[in-house]
Amino acid sequence: MAEIVKMPKLGFDMAEGTLIKWVVQEGEKVEKGSVLAEIETDKATVEVESNYEGVVARHLVEAGAIVPVNSPIAIIAAPGEDVKKASESPEAQAITLPETEPASEEKAAETAPAPAPAAEAETSEDARLPEGVRASPIARRMASDARVNLSQVAGSGPSGRIVKKDIMAYLQAPALAKAAASAPARGEPAPQLAEKAVKPLTPLAPLPTLSGAETPADEIVPLNRLRLAIGRRMVEAKQQAPHFYITHEYDVDALMALRQQANSMLQEDEKISVNDFIVKGVALALRQFPNLNASKNDDQVIRHGAVNIGVAVAVEGGLLTVVCRDADHKPLRQIAVEVRTLASRAREGKVRPEDIEGSTFSISNLGMFDVENFSAIINPPEAAILAVGSARQVPVVKHESLTIGWRMKATISVDHRVSDGAEAARFMQALADYLEEPLKLLL
Amino acid sequence: MTRITMREAISQAMWEEMERDPDVFILGEEVGVWGGSYAVTKGFYDHFGEKRVRDTPISESTIVGAAIGSALTGLRPIAEIMTINFAFSAMDHIVNQAAKLHYMFGGQLILPLVIRTVGGGGRQLGATHSQTPDAIFAHFPGLKVVAPGTPEDAKGLLKSAIRSNDPIFFIEHATLYQTRAEVPDGDYITPIGKSKVHREGRDVTIVTYSKMLETSSKAAEQLSGMGIEAEIIDLRTLRPLDMEPVLESFRKTNRAVIVEEGWRSYGVGAEVTARIYEEAFDYVDAPIQRVAQKEVPLPYNRTLEQLALPQVEDVVQAVKEVL
Repeated sequence: MAEIVKMPKLGFDMAEGTLIKWVVQEGEKVEKGSVLAEIETDKATVEVESNYEGVVARHLVEAGAIVPVNSPIAIIAAPGEDVKKASESPEAQAITLPETEPASEEKAAETAPAPAPAAEAETSEDARLPEGVRASPIARRMASDARVNLSQVAGSGPSGRIVKKDIMAYLQAPALAKAAASAPARGEPAPQLAEKAVKPLTPLAPLPTLSGAETPADEIVPLNRLRLAIGRRMVEAKQQAPHFYITHEYDVDALMALRQQANSMLQEDEKISVNDFIVKGVALALRQFPNLNASKNDDQVIRHGAVNIGVAVAVEGGLLTVVCRDADHKPLRQIAVEVRTLASRAREGKVRPEDIEGSTFSISNLGMFDVENFSAIINPPEAAILAVGSARQVPVVKHESLTIGWRMKATISVDHRVSDGAEAARFMQALADYLEEPLKLLL
Repeated sequence: MTRITMREAISQAMWEEMERDPDVFILGEEVGVWGGSYAVTKGFYDHFGEKRVRDTPISESTIVGAAIGSALTGLRPIAEIMTINFAFSAMDHIVNQAAKLHYMFGGQLILPLVIRTVGGGGRQLGATHSQTPDAIFAHFPGLKVVAPGTPEDAKGLLKSAIRSNDPIFFIEHATLYQTRAEVPDGDYITPIGKSKVHREGRDVTIVTYSKMLETSSKAAEQLSGMGIEAEIIDLRTLRPLDMEPVLESFRKTNRAVIVEEGWRSYGVGAEVTARIYEEAFDYVDAPIQRVAQKEVPLPYNRTLEQLALPQVEDVVQAVKEVL
């Protein structure tokens, strides 16, 4: 009997997913548990595994389609079953095909293997227009050839469409007038200048010419789902959770020494990072402060039974928080291996829903970027997040004399609706108890 | 050059080819003694005799079927179907036999067959006798479909058709028979499958054929008075469709109006428009407009009939839309 594969629900708030790629093509065999397709949700790209064994009789949606959760996406014929019959079987016929919304052009170009590569490749470069700009194909091509920014050309066609003669008029207009017209449009410093400021040692780019025709056009980058999701959640956090911040400096001399000692006994893929120590320390400290291992929910605070530490991982186009579950119970070595595995899956875009769901407290560590200290935005609905800077060797006063010591600053951001300054400060002290006497993390 | 009517041009083409090749013969309803419903074969019966100008029963499938048989066995028939509306009665012979025999027998057979027929509305003949279903016939690979718009092309194309070894569906327009224009003297032929620039212009490309060439030319004159120079491409052959002059013109003007007398849906305009978008997308400066017959069975009432058929003003309006 034919089986219907549906768009899985890969997270409690998932309403729809983009089918990025069919891994198993129509007519190909599929094993139970093997990867059938790749799906992009708000949070991640996820592999969908087949629950059935058989032959893929039909794909019901094409790559690039956005499909609501539980809508049928494929028909799998049982082993030995006639594939053609399966796709015409009553079960298959009963399906009302989901009203799939074709992914936007940009998205399809970015993720889907283009269904008609030749035709699309020719035009896709010109196909992107600044928002609100209409232009005929030949106007786009002329603008692209002459490096004219279409958002600076007035359109004379219907609904303001820019047509050939508008481009010709623009190209014939005196250059000065164009520069004047374009000046107010630029509110921000040119991106290449900003880049130069942070990378003084890279070779300097040639001086930009000021002729209007040669100024690179503004680049319009549509936000991907991940960026949109991050934006939504961060706005929610900053608008609804009144943040307060407490910074604490930790003496990590002992921690750095212990880490060196521990790593000398460990294989490369088990080596423990400073952050792994912090994960463990935070998890243990949270056991004493259940009010910070919590979620805000309307007029309730849910104090979580488990301590699941989210670790922010930078991925292409955004960031994900991978979750180390029950971190308070796990030995450091296990935490190190787990976080490394989760982070690399996240960076490869192969993260699984359970990798990123269910954190009760998050840590954002920018230590590897030589950051002294920073403050993070709470990852809602959690009550707090810890922002960790670099461990640095600095002059310190010890036994009334000046010496060199390892210090690391961390800042906790706390939702004031859930907790207050004193509690958070005590938590930071409790954390010091672990980080400054790191043997406690091992016992 | 001599100034003659379309009727005379078509008549001359057949007369000259029948003189030239004894295998050429005509069959159809009232083509002999009566001289043709549109008087195209007047005098043929007396000159060429009843063997070469054969009156048939009122049965279109018989006419086309007999023509196919004689073509397969060595003759070069010109089958006349009184109007294109009656060709539907012979549809199986036209699209299942004539269009496919050469292909299905691996090229062993040739089919030097011309089916002449008359299409178009505007003469108050009612919905069933006034159709312009040219696109239907152009849909079938294996059939060449020719529809001239001038006496010169009608004569040259028909002579080409008679000399061709392929089955050719030759559509004349009922209201063009009286059109008079200059035609080259002596023997000449016009190649099938070649579109032509009928009028040069720089602002917009009008693609059309048959009766609508006349309509479009009048529109172009009006537009010229407004300072708009339309370039007109006469398709002349619907299959094989020669897009080169169309594309060349469009790359210059970037705007096009396709004018046909048949219905818009699935029509010649749809085909030409799609091909322009496919092959010259980067040259498009405005959505291409189609002018076509209103999507109704053509009314008998004179006023309504004219309202349903594409008029000069419709073409002018469409050109203004694309500019």
